Amino acid sequence: MNTPQKSEATIAFRDVRLGFDEGDIVHELSFEVYPRETLVLLGETGTGKTLSLKMAAGLMRPQEGEVNVLGHRVSEMSEKELLAFRREIGFVFQEGALFDSMTVEENVAYRLREEHVPEEEIEPKVREALRFVELEHAIDMVPSELSGGMRRRVSIARALITRPPIVLYDSPTAGLDPVTSQTIITLILRLRDTYGVTALLATHRLQDGFALANFYFDAASNRVLPNREKAAEKSEADSNTRFVVFRDGKVFFEGSTEEMAAVKDSYLKRFLV
Amino acid sequence: MCRKVVAEQEHVADTPLQGIGKEPPPSDVVREASISEILTGSAKEAVLRVQEYSYLAAQSVANIFSRPHYVQDTLDQMDSIGVGSLPIVLLTGFFIGAVMVLQTASQFVRFGQTSLTGDAVALALVRELGPTLTSLLVTGRCASGIASELGSMLVTEQVDAMRAMGTDPSRKLVTPRVVATVLVVPLLTTMSDFIGLVGGCVAAVFSLRLGVVQFWTRAIDALEFSDIMQGLMKSIVFAFILSTVGCYKGLTVRGGTQGVGRSTTQAVVISSVMIIVADTFLTKLALYMADKLF
Repeated sequence: MNTPQKSEATIAFRDVRLGFDEGDIVHELSFEVYPRETLVLLGETGTGKTLSLKMAAGLMRPQEGEVNVLGHRVSEMSEKELLAFRREIGFVFQEGALFDSMTVEENVAYRLREEHVPEEEIEPKVREALRFVELEHAIDMVPSELSGGMRRRVSIARALITRPPIVLYDSPTAGLDPVTSQTIITLILRLRDTYGVTALLATHRLQDGFALANFYFDAASNRVLPNREKAAEKSEADSNTRFVVFRDGKVFFEGSTEEMAAVKDSYLKRFLV
Repeated sequence: MCRKVVAEQEHVADTPLQGIGKEPPPSDVVREASISEILTGSAKEAVLRVQEYSYLAAQSVANIFSRPHYVQDTLDQMDSIGVGSLPIVLLTGFFIGAVMVLQTASQFVRFGQTSLTGDAVALALVRELGPTLTSLLVTGRCASGIASELGSMLVTEQVDAMRAMGTDPSRKLVTPRVVATVLVVPLLTTMSDFIGLVGGCVAAVFSLRLGVVQFWTRAIDALEFSDIMQGLMKSIVFAFILSTVGCYKGLTVRGGTQGVGRSTTQAVVISSVMIIVADTFLTKLALYMADKLF
């Protein structure tokens, strides 16, 4: 386990169990995410990745164990406390989960309007967030007019509008073509390296994780560059991305990029293909 | 008839959900559930659903007394439910009034008392048919609409997205719909009552050769304050039932788009049955109160 940061974990799961009528989905689940770190949750469908994200956001409550996020014991907070707490978290849902009866502008501005931010401050912030995801031209469109990739980008803009310190990504590249997937990963890199967010990213595509671990966004050149071009900071950059592999509702493997790339286990190798 | 239950808790993890890389559970870990277990399980499930529904209904009312309020959403819903339902409510009301006149007159004519038609139609419409039929029409149009809209939002994770952004879905989605329905259904009922009497008048004039003034005088004289209160009280309760059942079925959808369709149907069926059952008890209560209070 590679946890070079010594500071307190931003997100910490301890012996978490959650199940339904069919049985436990996750059990004895423990992992930690440190400030400015991206933890990639890998696993096959039904292994509890999405549930873990929802528990981190307090959308689901574990039956046993503790979930601590930003110093809050999320697993024991009331719904009212959780509603306030969730404003510190950005959540990018698998299909975007945009409100289909609202325009892109209304979707992105949703949180600001809920917080009664003055209207004259909303438009510049919405435009800035949409510019970040390169979709300023789509401001008046409705979700049904957007492609799958555009919806994810709007969802990212909606998540970052209040500059939350934590962003949770639920399979952000699922069902997208390779080029669009790359665009989404680039955005996640930009968000990480521009705003320094702590991220939990659930995916079944290892290449997403490797892209986050091996590349960085260079604000000066406005380009995504390999970490080797940033030789002096390479070790630090690498350590900012770790992998957790779920199997049977538990953490089966936890480690750095190099450890993940060097695995011999047949189950883990499935993700390397 | 019997379903399988898992005998040992530690084997639960071997279900298909957890079965990656594992052998299926040996057959001796499952046994047939007894009839009493099935009945107990079903009863518990039914009680749980009633509890969840009651909690949602109570929450929708409690939200009115604390911030934040979603006034614009409430107005939008009033427009959608009220103005949207107006044509069908008026059209149906007109013909129900006309039919009532024709049916009652066919009996009254035996006694040579066709002039009583106005009384009978006014009482039947204001006390019973106005609120019940209006609510059933709004149920067919709006309880289904609410259930399918909220159900679609649930399966596409929009409800979770709302919660993830710090909004309470019961405040944003449920309370505006319940408040809007409770406000507009009595108004629709009043309009339905009036247009029903107009329909009755038209039928009386052209079919029974009654005078317009005679019909309206008898119809208005027959009505007492308690009759109008009874009709309005019923429409408020029916509106609450249809809106809360629609919201509950929408927010408890299981099984994707197929589940949305199922929940929509259930919302209409359950609301309609609950409205007619509640009507019986409300009628008894209203008649008792009319005796004691008015």
